[in-house]
Amino acid sequence: MLDGRSLTRRRAGARLWLSGLWLGALCLAAIFAPWIAPKDPLAQDLFSGRLPPVWVHGADPGFLLGTDSLGRDVLSRILYGARIALTVAVVAGSVTCLIGATLGLVAGFLRGWVDMVVSRLIDIWMAFPPVLFSILLIAVLGPGLFSIILAIVVIDWTRFARVIRAEAMAQGAMDYVASARVAGRGRIGTMLREILPNVLPTITVLLTLEMGIAVIVEAILSFVNLSISTDFPTWGGMIAEGRTSVHQAWWVLVFPLVTLFLTVLAFSQLGEGLKDRFDPVLR
Amino acid sequence: MSYLSIRNLSLRLKKGPALLRRVSLEVAAGEVRGLVGESGAGKSMIGKAVLGILPPAVEITGGEIFLDGVDLLRLAPRERRRKIGATAALIPQDPLTALNPSHRIGPQITDRLVDILGWTRAKAEARAVELLAEVQIADPARVLRQYPHELSGGMRQRILIASAFAAEPRLIVADEPTTALDVTVQKQILRLIAGMQARHGTALLFVTHDLGVVSKVCQRLSVLYSGMVVEDATVADFFAAPKHPYSAALLAATPRYTDPSAGLNPVPEAVIAAVRAEVAAFDKAHHG
Repeated sequence: MLDGRSLTRRRAGARLWLSGLWLGALCLAAIFAPWIAPKDPLAQDLFSGRLPPVWVHGADPGFLLGTDSLGRDVLSRILYGARIALTVAVVAGSVTCLIGATLGLVAGFLRGWVDMVVSRLIDIWMAFPPVLFSILLIAVLGPGLFSIILAIVVIDWTRFARVIRAEAMAQGAMDYVASARVAGRGRIGTMLREILPNVLPTITVLLTLEMGIAVIVEAILSFVNLSISTDFPTWGGMIAEGRTSVHQAWWVLVFPLVTLFLTVLAFSQLGEGLKDRFDPVLR
Repeated sequence: MSYLSIRNLSLRLKKGPALLRRVSLEVAAGEVRGLVGESGAGKSMIGKAVLGILPPAVEITGGEIFLDGVDLLRLAPRERRRKIGATAALIPQDPLTALNPSHRIGPQITDRLVDILGWTRAKAEARAVELLAEVQIADPARVLRQYPHELSGGMRQRILIASAFAAEPRLIVADEPTTALDVTVQKQILRLIAGMQARHGTALLFVTHDLGVVSKVCQRLSVLYSGMVVEDATVADFFAAPKHPYSAALLAATPRYTDPSAGLNPVPEAVIAAVRAEVAAFDKAHHG
């Protein structure tokens, strides 16, 4: 039968599989980059600069996706770039989620002065323009992987806190919470056992979205050369370099761009898919 | 002394209007007391105050709530929780939001018995099966493995009733337990609650706005208007001859299926004006 639920489920299945496949492949590429990358991503070879990808006339079969103006292998650079992108996605995403969701949950469930403090903090925080804020932070902290992750965490925790607070508040008004309190569950116990499982689907979606956002932020910061040293290939850095020679060598710009796009899309679709799959009401 | 004894309980919204005005009532062990009144009369608030689940915006401004001889309002929060958890339970109004959608039915009944009252898991599970059978759920073992959204409203309300009786509480607050159900299911649920109450000998505080329900289930009732008890009587006395003009008008307003030509009789303006004047006089007397 093709009722609403099975349709949702099938779509969720496709989403989950496709996005999972892409991200899984990317993870493997990141982990095994030194073994699977055909070339050294930093090795310059000015005699083989701006070689097109293999299916275009005049290519060198040794460089599958072509080379940039310094003769570095685009494919190898993308594979190595995945290491930075995924590290930032996973670490920054998880830490942001942990801090933001915890504050949101506590504020939304306990209310009172805790909520007052957290809510005002969110309001103040969100008044800062995020891009300027991150550039300022990096300028103060100095470039580097740690600085990028810290900047993302510091700026984006409000995204979780705001949404989870509202969700926890709505769940807190439900009768099952009152029943748990009557039965003698303490505040913390009620929050963890009764509220948390019900906001978990939302947390999952936000977490994967945040991972996608972290990938974009890292790319933006690399693009403006505020990320990490150019000794490490990054997608954002590649896009910045490719931009200058786009009329002579489009592949230097397009391949990292497509990879970035697919990765961010995969993260957001993974979240949606997981939510549809594990939400007990939709299941 | 009665099992539950509320004396001069006053509630108000923080820095706002009064919600309960010196409410006093008694529920003897094994007795069923109805709490009736219009929406906003404060009947649910009484139940919530007893169970310690008042909304954060509401504060208690005076009075005592004796449960099993102990004044709950004098206990430390932790002690109060323990006392309430061990002796009282709630049958909530809306079965659709009263079960946690993320957990299966079984753990929702048994976890509290295990975690809070220290039962063994085997004992709690056996108890859950026994209770679901008692509330006439066919195949309890299967239902215990299901999620709330897989069950109908009536089924969920049965489960909530079973869950309320699980730890053999001495007092149950039923907060409009049939309001969210359709009429045919209402009747079954009422019968079920009345039967369970009689078998277990539990005292019951039955919050409702339906006098027909009161006449079937309760032995005594309190009529509330604007947070004030206007009449406290046995059900027999009340239905024979209500003493307060407001409760008489409320009784007269109940539609009668036996005489459809009588139509609907809203509570007359004059009666409302009179009872409002009474409330105003009370406020003047107690707050200067």
